[in-house]
Amino acid sequence: MPMAASEIERLIKEAIPDADVSIRDLAGDGDHYAARVESKSFAGMSRIKQHQAVYAALGGRVGGELHALQLETAVPQPENI
Amino acid sequence: MSAHDRIAELVKNNDIVLFMKGTALFPQCGFSSRAIAILDRLEAKYETVDVLQDPEIRQGIKEYSEWPTIPQLYVRGEFVGGSDIMMEMFESGELQELLAQAA
Repeated sequence: MPMAASEIERLIKEAIPDADVSIRDLAGDGDHYAARVESKSFAGMSRIKQHQAVYAALGGRVGGELHALQLETAVPQPENI
Repeated sequence: MSAHDRIAELVKNNDIVLFMKGTALFPQCGFSSRAIAILDRLEAKYETVDVLQDPEIRQGIKEYSEWPTIPQLYVRGEFVGGSDIMMEMFESGELQELLAQAA
């Protein structure tokens, strides 16, 4: 069942308040998205744990209601040092 | 045997195993296809399990790893990740190293 990108973003930010979320609709069908999520809370977590945190934020929708979410997670890097 | 035990056996008995939709020759989903392409590119020797042929494994694997999607790669008993993580690790060279250890 399709889901709006804004809804995905809202759910992620609700669970990970400092998250910087960008979402692309890959197929234009509201069912295949790519998301990039940056959060300081990911620091020190393995990639698996970071992705699990996002899946948890989406409360079981990934793999069900939301067929495909291509996911990239990162800890924000200071841009000018 | 429970689905959990069957998965544990598969993971234990195969150094590199990919749970996927379809087969290596005919993947039934773009993400599974991408995972196979990465493993083939690295000339890895791997086993695959087609979850579409086995509803119990299909559901069980998600609980086993606390990971909601398929494909899922396991190397030497450890869950590595899905196709996005495989791609990131492939690009950084980490996956080559990991698979070399398993070979």
